[in-house]
Amino acid sequence: MYEGVVQNLIDELGRLPGIGPKSAQRIAFHLLAADPADVKRLSSALTEVKERVRFCSVCGNVAEDEECRVCRDPRRDLAIICVVEEPKDVVAIEKTREFRGRYHVLGGAISPIEGIGPDDLRVRELMTRLADGQVTELILATDPNLEGEATATYLARLVKPLGLRVTRLASGLPVGGDLEYADEVTLGRAFEGRRLLDV
Amino acid sequence: MKLYRDEGIVLRTQKLGEADRIISLLTRRNGRVRAVAKGVRRTKSRFGARLEPFTHVDLQIHIGRSLDVIGQAETIRPYGEALGGDYPRYTAGTAMLETAERLTAVEKEPSLRQFLLLVGGLRTLGDGSHDPRLVLDAFLLRSLAVAGYAPALTECARCGDPGSHRTFAIPSGGLVCANCRPTGVATPAHETIGLMIALLRGDWEVADTSEHRHRQECSGLVAKYLQWHLEHSLRSLRLVERA
Ligand SMILES: [Zn+2]
Ligand SMILES: [Zn+2]
Repeated sequence: MYEGVVQNLIDELGRLPGIGPKSAQRIAFHLLAADPADVKRLSSALTEVKERVRFCSVCGNVAEDEECRVCRDPRRDLAIICVVEEPKDVVAIEKTREFRGRYHVLGGAISPIEGIGPDDLRVRELMTRLADGQVTELILATDPNLEGEATATYLARLVKPLGLRVTRLASGLPVGGDLEYADEVTLGRAFEGRRLLDV
Repeated sequence: MKLYRDEGIVLRTQKLGEADRIISLLTRRNGRVRAVAKGVRRTKSRFGARLEPFTHVDLQIHIGRSLDVIGQAETIRPYGEALGGDYPRYTAGTAMLETAERLTAVEKEPSLRQFLLLVGGLRTLGDGSHDPRLVLDAFLLRSLAVAGYAPALTECARCGDPGSHRTFAIPSGGLVCANCRPTGVATPAHETIGLMIALLRGDWEVADTSEHRHRQECSGLVAKYLQWHLEHSLRSLRLVERA
């Protein structure tokens, strides 16, 4: 245990994902020894991100305005929505340049053991977007692991009455991993060869 | 580093750092174990999908200072494969995993019977021959029995008076006779009690022909009974869907 402010910093860092108490302590002491200008830049980057970045009112992606860059782009195809778990999956798919539609970010996957059900994700918002009949294809690009698969199964069944073309990213994506780690070529190929989901 | 080998069912995975996961398993010989799988979230990981929930794996585990580390994993049976495409089965299976985890509160305390029960339950769930909610309720009842909390269904839970009593009193431990009956307790249908007995014994002929309303009443009682003994409700139970 350290004195007040130092311990505060360690505690706050320790709450970040993937940072244990030891790493938190190491980072804290790195910051204490660092050039004040460097630390100032970091602290203003943190403040700015919280002030300026929010979530797109349409798709849930990170945005600097009311709507994200993709949703504001008039060249994007309004007939296709690609459903992903996290904003970082949008980044991974954008890199492939294979997809010209828009996204819907769920904010995670259905995980009953963590108590996360459909109501805890942006599922209702998705159904609202699909209500006007403009969308004809829904691509389910949740992670290629069991939770992602179960989430895709749930959504495919939910939208079935709407009669959309529902597809899932195809083979080539190794199962068990996170979508964000797939390389562009593999992910691009998975997009091209997406398979029809029939539940 | 010291090494041990065991087989187990993956109960839960949690993200750790950039690309690792902590894997919780119920093993045959070592009880519930938590171990790190390094790099498992990368798409090129050598583990592939072998450390996904529900998978029955053969493992080599290195004993670490704080957490053990998984060295090798080979699939024995991927029970999850049949579940990802079937939402009611997936949610029922998850409740089984969470129950197994909660009933093996102490890490590395061998629990062979709970392990065998889980393997059997997942196999039955995966082969699709019974209503998933029945498979789940059978598993929950038998897990409670293994943990020493079998509900009294053929005698009074308090005085032991044999017979088919009408009142189900959760705090008393099952059915109670007219003399032992506390106030404000449930009186389920005869058929519901019959279903509970069938599920506890594995009598699928009786269970499969039960009526929907008795299945629902049974699930409700089992859930309350489980919650009483676990002292908290299962997170996944409210998300279980009826097929
Ligand atoms: Zn957007
Ligand atoms: Zn009695």
